[in-house]
Amino acid sequence: MTALILAIVIGAAFGAVLDRVGATNPGYIIRMLNLSNLHLMKTILLAIGTGAVLMFGGLLTGVVDVGHLSVKSAYVGVFVGGMLLGVGFAVAGFCPGTGLTAAATGRKDAVFFVVGGLLGAGAYMGTYASVKSTGILDDILGGKTTIGVIAGTKYPALLESVPGEVAGIVLGIVFIAIAAVLPMRLRGR
Amino acid sequence: MVLSWKTGGVLLGAVFFAAVLLVKPIGVSTQFVIFDGIVWDLIDQDVVVKSETAKSGYASPNAYLDKSGGSYAKNVAHPLNYSFVFVLAMMAGAAISAVMRGGVAPDERQMPEVWRANFGDESWKRYMAAFLAGFVVLYGSRLAGGCTSGHMMSGMMQTAVSGFIFAAGAFAAGIPVAMLLFKKEG
Repeated sequence: MTALILAIVIGAAFGAVLDRVGATNPGYIIRMLNLSNLHLMKTILLAIGTGAVLMFGGLLTGVVDVGHLSVKSAYVGVFVGGMLLGVGFAVAGFCPGTGLTAAATGRKDAVFFVVGGLLGAGAYMGTYASVKSTGILDDILGGKTTIGVIAGTKYPALLESVPGEVAGIVLGIVFIAIAAVLPMRLRGR
Repeated sequence: MVLSWKTGGVLLGAVFFAAVLLVKPIGVSTQFVIFDGIVWDLIDQDVVVKSETAKSGYASPNAYLDKSGGSYAKNVAHPLNYSFVFVLAMMAGAAISAVMRGGVAPDERQMPEVWRANFGDESWKRYMAAFLAGFVVLYGSRLAGGCTSGHMMSGMMQTAVSGFIFAAGAFAAGIPVAMLLFKKEG
């Protein structure tokens, strides 16, 4: 029951913030990707940086339970899948989360995106076995690898002599700095 | 009016942090699979079955639903779980936020201004493109094992190498495609 209450509270907060930063408006996503308005890029970089500093700070101070972390595997399909997402992201101006939230705000094009998405996810369910047989789902770079060694986890580290918490805070600060120095546009007027 | 990147970025970062502090990192695209599984299971009762040998207690003849000890199969059988309710609540939160800011204008509901400036205002073209893009985006997300939320935001926040690989792929394809398609700003 607690889990469902948390799902409702955190989910609703996430959806509302996505809407307020402009992420439910495909115009902002398209103009981020054609580099004519980097508002969302700056927002996302700052968000990732803020999240990283808080989370790794929380790990160092014991506020965050390290068991809550969930690192995904690296494999060639991550890059290929990322490229496929990138193409559709550029054409539509939606990703899975912003497509659903945009549809919820009344955007009709987002409803078409979501229906297409349900079919695309279904197509992956249908082709998973043959995709797997190609080997592009096999782990690379150690699989669930992080930059440094995060205490209390078994995640392999890219840099084995660097504490993962320090790497996380440094990376967070770098993200925040990039968000700050990135201009509002790189193209056009 | 959208929030400034400073306010919006800090708020969004606070939500990512709250998620990992209280439960686990945010992710969305898996729930498209769970929804498909629920629909499929309504049509064909044999798609998700109880299994004493599976780690999750559920199994499926579909290799994808059956993977990782049938964990997706279990979520199809029990959709009232954290991740699925999270996505429903996310939609409700966005809907309430949109109503409170006065809603989305009728013209804008069909397509964003930048699309209209480049491809005209025939809505069927936009709807067809959005449908096809949705197919490609979700196929790609499932192939990658996550989307913008799970890989890019939650992944890079945790310094996951997979998150950086995903972001590199997404922008390497997304930026040139957007620059080619959307030359006029709108």
